[in-house]
Formats: sequence, C-alpha cells, structure tokens
Amino acid sequence: MSRADEAETVNVTVNGAEIEASPGELLIDACERAGAYIPRFCYHSRMKPVGMCRMCLVEVDTGRGAALQPSCMLPVSDGMTVETETDLTKKAQDGVLEFLLVNHPLDCPVCDKGGECPLQDQTVAFGPGESRFVEEKRHYEKPIAISDTVYLDRERCILCDRCTRFANDVAGDTLIHFMDRGNNTQVNTFPDEPFASYFSGNTVQICPVGALTAKPYRFKARPWDLEETISTAWTDSVGSRITVQSSRNEVLRLLGVDADSVNWGWLSDKERFAFEALNSEDRLGRPLVRDDDHQLVATGWGDALDRAVAALQGAAPERIAMIGGARLTNESQYAWAKLAKGVLRTDNVDSQLGDGLPVEAVLGLPRATIDDACRPGGTIILMGPDPKEELGALYLRLRHAVLEDGATLIEITPRAGGLTGLASHSLHPRPGELPALTAALVAAVNGEAVDTAGVGGGVIAAAAAALDGPVTVVLGRASLAETGESVADAAVNLSRLDDVSFLSALRRGNIHGALDAGLSPGLLPGRTTLSAGSERVGEVWPGLPESDGLDTAGILAASAEGDIDVLIVLGADPINDFVDHAAAVAGLEAAGTVIAVDLVRNDSIEAAAHIVFAAAGPTESSGTFTNLEGRVSVCEQKVTPPGTARPDWMLATELAHRLGADLGLDSPESIRAELVSVSPVHHNLIEEALAVGRIDGVLVEGNGDIAAPVSTTADVPSNDAYSLRLVSTRSMYDDGVALRHSASSRGLARGLDVRLSPTEFDKLGVKPGTIVKVESSCGQLLAPAFADSSLPAGSAHVPWSAAGSPAGSLIDAGAPFIDVRVERA
Amino acid sequence: MSFFDTANLATAHEIISRYPKPKSATIPLLHLAQQQHGWVSDDAMREIAQLTGTTPAEVKGTGSFYEMFKFHPVGKYMVNVCTNLSCQILGGEELLAHAEETLGVKAGGTTADGMFTLEDVECIAACTEAPCLQVNYRYKLRVGNDDFDQMIDDIRNGRADDLPEHGTLALVRQAIPAGTGAGITAPENAREAPVWMARNDVAEGSDDKDGGA
Ligand code: SF4
Ligand code: FES
Repeated sequence: MSRADEAETVNVTVNGAEIEASPGELLIDACERAGAYIPRFCYHSRMKPVGMCRMCLVEVDTGRGAALQPSCMLPVSDGMTVETETDLTKKAQDGVLEFLLVNHPLDCPVCDKGGECPLQDQTVAFGPGESRFVEEKRHYEKPIAISDTVYLDRERCILCDRCTRFANDVAGDTLIHFMDRGNNTQVNTFPDEPFASYFSGNTVQICPVGALTAKPYRFKARPWDLEETISTAWTDSVGSRITVQSSRNEVLRLLGVDADSVNWGWLSDKERFAFEALNSEDRLGRPLVRDDDHQLVATGWGDALDRAVAALQGAAPERIAMIGGARLTNESQYAWAKLAKGVLRTDNVDSQLGDGLPVEAVLGLPRATIDDACRPGGTIILMGPDPKEELGALYLRLRHAVLEDGATLIEITPRAGGLTGLASHSLHPRPGELPALTAALVAAVNGEAVDTAGVGGGVIAAAAAALDGPVTVVLGRASLAETGESVADAAVNLSRLDDVSFLSALRRGNIHGALDAGLSPGLLPGRTTLSAGSERVGEVWPGLPESDGLDTAGILAASAEGDIDVLIVLGADPINDFVDHAAAVAGLEAAGTVIAVDLVRNDSIEAAAHIVFAAAGPTESSGTFTNLEGRVSVCEQKVTPPGTARPDWMLATELAHRLGADLGLDSPESIRAELVSVSPVHHNLIEEALAVGRIDGVLVEGNGDIAAPVSTTADVPSNDAYSLRLVSTRSMYDDGVALRHSASSRGLARGLDVRLSPTEFDKLGVKPGTIVKVESSCGQLLAPAFADSSLPAGSAHVPWSAAGSPAGSLIDAGAPFIDVRVERA
Repeated sequence: MSFFDTANLATAHEIISRYPKPKSATIPLLHLAQQQHGWVSDDAMREIAQLTGTTPAEVKGTGSFYEMFKFHPVGKYMVNVCTNLSCQILGGEELLAHAEETLGVKAGGTTADGMFTLEDVECIAACTEAPCLQVNYRYKLRVGNDDFDQMIDDIRNGRADDLPEHGTLALVRQAIPAGTGAGITAPENAREAPVWMARNDVAEGSDDKDGGA
C-alpha cells in the first residue's frame, strides 16, 4: 500500500490556492504558513495535538465530500482541499465558542489575562455577539494556589489540556491532572501535593485564558500598559530567549520566546522569576565604602572610584587579582578583561569560582550545539551536572530528544538525577574515578569490559554497545567534591570515540562569554592564550600581563598569605559560592583592598568589601550574552538601573580613565566592534548578523588557539573502611543571593541532608532522618541521614545548595577527592 | 506503612504483572483498593501511584472519571435509584422520595449507621423493568414502596445473602489465574498485527500515533 508520506511534499488546496506541505505536517500549521490562520486554543506547536477544544474546525475534502474536521489533528494528505472561511466553518467556530463560554465567568474586567486573552480575542473575531445561556454557570472557589507561585481559577478554565500536557509530556512532572468528569471536569493537584515543578511558570504562559496566573504578575499591570523588548535569561548558561515586559520603569514579567535552536519558548521558573531580585528593595543604588567603624556607608561615585584608584595605583600587577564576571554581558566582560589584563597587567583573573572545568575542556574540544545533542538517532552522554537542577531549559530539550526523537541517553554521573528515568544506561562511578571509568568505556567499544570504578563490567559493556550514531557529551562538573581536572581527563578519554563532540554544561550565567573574553588565567579574548594571542591583542591593548596568573583557588590562597593587595570581586560571592568555604573567608579577609562590583550586598561584601560599586543588572543595560553553545544573543535594556548604578563596562572605562589609560570603549557596540577586530573566532559577530539572529542568536564557532586538554590526574586511591567519599551536587534553588532577594522563590531552597549508599546507611544503624555528624579533614556538619540506592558503595552525598552552602566547609579546593566520616551525632 | 494488606499487596503485584506497562493496572488497583476499604482513600491512591510508577494526581485524575469509584466514605450498601425517563414515567421520582423518607437521608447522603448511601442515578439500562434500582450494583426490578421497605428490612436483618459487599464488583476479573491474561506484549513490541489490522492490510509499517493512550 503506497503511503503519501513517502513523498517529499504533498499538495493541498487552501481556500482555492494550491500550496506545498511536507508529509506529516498538521493541517493547522500548513494553513498558517499559507496565510490562512485558523483559530485554536488547545493546539500548541511544541506539544502533541489532542483535539480538545474543536476551535480549529475547518471544512476538509479528501475526495469523499467536504466535512468539518479539527485541523490540529489532521496531517496533510495529497489532494486535500481545505476551506477555512466558509459559512459552515464560521458557524462551527461560532458554535464552539458559544459552548466554551457556557461555563466561562466573563470576569474579564478583573482578570489578568484581559487584553491578551486568546478566548477574549477569538470571541470578538469569531464568536457570537451575545450569549443565549441563561442557566447558572458552574462555580468553584476563586483562585486556589496550586504551588507557591501558580494560582488556578477553575471557573475560567476551558479544559484545553495545555497545562496538563505540558506538565506530563514536556516537563515530566505530572502533578496536575484533569479530575472528575463531564461538567465537573477540572484541573487540579492531588491533595497536599502541590504543582511543585521547576517549570510551572510555563503553564501560565501557555494557558489560553486567565485560569492560571503567577504570583509575581497578579494584578500588576494591563497588557496595553506593558512595553517589551527581547533579551536573554541570565540565571544559567542555556541562554534562553525571553521577552522582558515592563511598565513605569519596572520589569514585571519575563516570557519565554520560541527560539528554535535554544529553548523552544520554555523557561525554568528560576529564569522566569529572576527579575524579582532586580526589583528587590535591597538593590544597590549607590556605591559604598567602609568607614572607620567598619560599616559600609553610601558615598558618591567620585569618592568610591578615587579610593579604588588609590588602591590599584600602588599595587604591583601580580599583587592584583580579579574573580567572577559571569554575571556580566560580553561587552562588560571584555572591558574588565582589558582593564585587568591590558591596563593593570595582571593575569590573576578567573571567572570560574573553582567549580568549573579547565578551559581546555570547555574551549579546546570539538563543540556541539543543543541541536547537535538532540539529533534524532544520536547518543547523548551526560557526564556533568543534573540538567534538571542546573540547566532547566536544556533539560526539557534533552528530555524531548530522548522521548520523541529516539536519542539514546547514557549517564555517567555520581548519582541518579532528573534524567535517570530516561537513560538507557546509568553509570555511577565512585567519586574521583571518572577517568578510569571513561577509559574502560572507550576500551569496551572494541574490546573487553572489566569492572571499573565500582561499575560492573557488564554494565560498561552494555553502555558501550548502546553508543549509536553521533555522540554528544554534555560535559560539566557534577560533583563539587571532585576536581575539574578529573572531568577533563575523562573528556579526553571520551574524545577518542567516533564522531564525538562536547556541549559544555558550565552553569553560571554568562560564563562562556567570560571565557571568550579572556576572564581566565592564561587567556585573552577570542579563545586564545596569552602566548598565542599576544600579538593580535597587544596591538589594540595598552599592555599585557607578563606571565600566566592564578585561578580562584590560587588567588584566595595567595591572598591568605598576604600576597594580594587588591582583590576585585566582579559580581561574585566567594563565601557562599567557592567550593572551599574556609579558603574563601581567609582569602577575602586577608586581601589589602577588596573592591566588589554587584547588584546587592552579598555575604562576601558584608564580610570583606572595602569599596562596593553599584552595577546595573540585566534588563538595565544593553549588551550580549554567550550561552553554553557559544551562541551570542542580545540583551536589550528595558528599564533604568536603580539610583546611580552604572553598567559594568562603564565602571571599567571610568577606572581606566582615572588610572591614566583610555580603554577606547564608549558603547556596547564599540566594544563588540573591538572584540571582532581582535578575535578571529568572533568574525561573524557583526551588527547585521545580530539583527538577523534576533531570536536565535549568532553562533560563535571554533576552538581558536585552545588545544584539547591533556591527561593529568593520577589514579585515585580507594578510601579506607572507616570513611566515605563525598559527592556534592547543586540543585536549582540554591541559597544564592538572587534567590534570597526573590519574594516568590525564596522558600524553595532545599534543606540540608546527607545521603548514603544503602549498605553504608545500614551500617550506621539509624532511622531515616536521624541527625548524624559528617566530618572531613577541613570541617564538619550535622544533617539528617537517608539512604540513596543510586550512590556507589562507599560514598556519601551532601547537597551543595542548602542554605549557607555548609558543604563548603567539608571541601578542600583542589583535592582530587574528599573523604568524610559519618557517625551518629 | 502499606495501604494494601499483605494478601492484597500480593494480588496487586499479580495484577500489575498481567500488563506490559504497570500504569495499565491503575483501574484494577483502584477496584482492589475499594474492595479492601469500601472507598478509595488518598493513601490508597498514593500507594497505587507508587506501585504503577505514576503520580497520585494521575491516579486520582483517572479514577475520578468513574462514578463507581468513591473518594469519600460510603455506606456498606449503595442504593442507586434511577430517575431517568422510563423510570420517571413509572414512578422513579416517587420511589426516590420514599427512599429518602425511609432512610432519613437525601440523595447523595449516607445513613448515620453507615449502612446505606442513597444515590439518584441516570439510566441503569433496565427500562423495561421500571422503576428500578441497584443495591451494590445488583438489580431490583419493578420496585414499589413496599418492596423497598421490605428490601431495607431484609438487609438490616441479615437476610440479603444475594448482595455482595460494596467494592467487590471486580472480583471476577481479579480471579484470572496468573499467566493467562491477554496482551502481555506492549503494543510497540508486538511483532504480529492484531487480527483486525491484518485483515484490513494496513499493518505494515503502520505507526500507531496515540500508542495505547
Ligand atoms: S488551566 Fe488553562 S491551560 Fe490548563 S486546561 Fe484550563 S484553560 Fe487550558
Ligand atoms: S486547536 Fe484543534 S481541537 Fe483545539
């Protein structure tokens, strides 16, 4: 039997005009392309159609006579004739709307959706002018909170199944569902199990009526009062595209934009509600300096800048250091790189806070895009953090690839995570033994597999046999209790596989922009090294560092020894964020002068800053962002910064000016132009390209001068019988500064616990939840203990992200593994 | 603590094993829960979710579609009086009013002693025998007021052996011996097309879009 979908295209007649469509394409989409927009409520192009609402009925003739059919459920077929505007179609649309409105409360004047409501708009365009329904409508309690952020008004719901499909199909968090039947059908949660999904905000965005609303936007504005611009989400490195909407100079809402190569319109709640921290009352509007009583007091810019200049002027280059920078735009990063490396000539510059990877592993291996990773039929090796916890939008893309596009997922992680249920093979090696495990995996492709790193040979062989098609390694640092070098070595091993490329999973906001701008020891802008790029960059910059500098751990250690006179903390909070808590405190306290550049006062500022520059945040200044693929997209300014806060790049030029140097940078555009001139890899980052790539961005490709990493680590000795090897991973809601200042998300930070492999837990002989003591060579903590069967034998997990990051007190930066003892308290 | 008692937990596992996907056992397990407890409690649904690899919201969403699953306590005997057309013409509404008076509860209510829950239901497919009702889903046909009182009296005095306890409806299906259930293969793994498909000659390469929703 011949099937139409073997053909390349099929011909469909839409309202008399013949168009070409691809086989399998849904009629509703084909008509839209042909300029005949069909109204709809339940259909969403990123989800499977269900035919719930019947709004999309059109007259279709496939040779058996015209009949009304839902165009969202009907794939095109050759010779199909479609009429979208006949009297019959109009009558159908009118009738469907009348039915949908039977139970709809028509409380538009008090509904947040009013003015941007598909039901309202389509009723005006296609619906009956008047209601014939005089009976009592159904009534429910007005909005019920189905989670901490989302409210549900069941009276308004038209049962389109969008939110419930999103929760089940897209996010995999089936916490909302249709309940009851017939006239009583309603969306609801199970009692006492709220819709606590990391992605709940998406349902609010796609609800075609005002049934779902999000707390931060409820009763805040009317759509016609909103202004908007396009930007890029800043809380993680996926670079999801967003629309920033504001009213009266205040950002009120972020919406996901459907960028085909990035986030498909979805956002994690962390990305979506991050703007609340920008509006927080604690935002810095003026610079601060520490007075004689050791208090931080507000001052004028002249005073703050002069004090900074005075500190910097007397300091030798190697006694100056700068950590952080991932919060900044590409342009600001470049300006600060030029100030630090070109004017101050120090190479003690590191934007990774000891929780990342060696730059060679990020920039020096063949790089993949998200689309590459999600190729139908390809294999994804997840050797990095749990994307559900750290890179929300990427998690949704990977999930789709595995579930819908037949990608194979193999995870090599310290313990089970958000994607484990979808992985065909889960390998959980002992902490610190990634290199050995990956070597065994590669060897198993063509040979024998032996038990390695606590993983059985059979499991390794099965995983090796499952490698199919192009392989993308999602590469990052899953556990903060292991070194980035160990991950890099493992990546070197995996780079021996056929047709393999790497998608970086460094998590921090614009960290990839920071690396591309040279904010790392030994790097210069444009993926080049101090030695390879000095000629090109030296032509434009006033000077260059003489030798490679220190990374964050090195800087903090040097500072603790009294070797750092000026420490610039560029939008970072080492006390809460650096893996080794004690080292961060010691380093910050011993630095001669600490200059912080930030949006709010964080713990590091409170403890150690002498001068604080108030910076403009995302949505308050213009620039670009580089995501984990190397994709550059714009972030446009929408509102003005609070008080006299300034864009970061301006602070760099101002400081340089007062130091007697001219950075020659006077706008984000001029900075981009200079970046393009010194960096061959950025050759395509021209203004026209950014305009064309307004949605999808511009991909900056290539390794530049960065070579692949070389193996460095030695074999890891196994732990003794009394100790456990530590694993520490992050979760989406860590107790970061931004979260603390977000009213709606503050309560979401996860509590502290310690999880043990079941044998170890049994040895302890306590009930689940009993408080135990965890002690390493650097510190100790108390936490309730639980068993976790995904942990390899002999290991223990403490979450990094619990309030105050107490795991930081157990970790010794740079140690290839951390052994802890867990005892009854 | 498990909701199902030991014997029923074993039955639950046995039921799950009959299906290629554990989720398919949701409805039979809801029956099992109702049989054990008389109604389906939140604890029962949480446990079913765990057993079938779904979420409690899915279990409740699925179960609450069906009128015969009760999500709040009901009497030992469900009395469903039909007031649909045929019964209405032949006195169904009067019968219901009488039942309300006899039992002392309104339709939807449960007697204080927990014996009876009275329901006003739509057509129960016995129109030729109107007015009719069901007690624990067993028919009583051409019921007059006296018949009703007699029936209640019989039940109260232990003379109603023909009536099973509420929730035991599904016993028949659960008695299928292990290994004799049909359809052990998941649809996507089926190598041979079902008879109806093969007969219509569309089996080859057909891709079942809504794969066993
Ligand atoms: S709440 Fe909104 S998205 Fe969900 S089913 Fe109702 S109308 Fe659709
Ligand atoms: S859009 Fe087609 S049925 Fe709802």
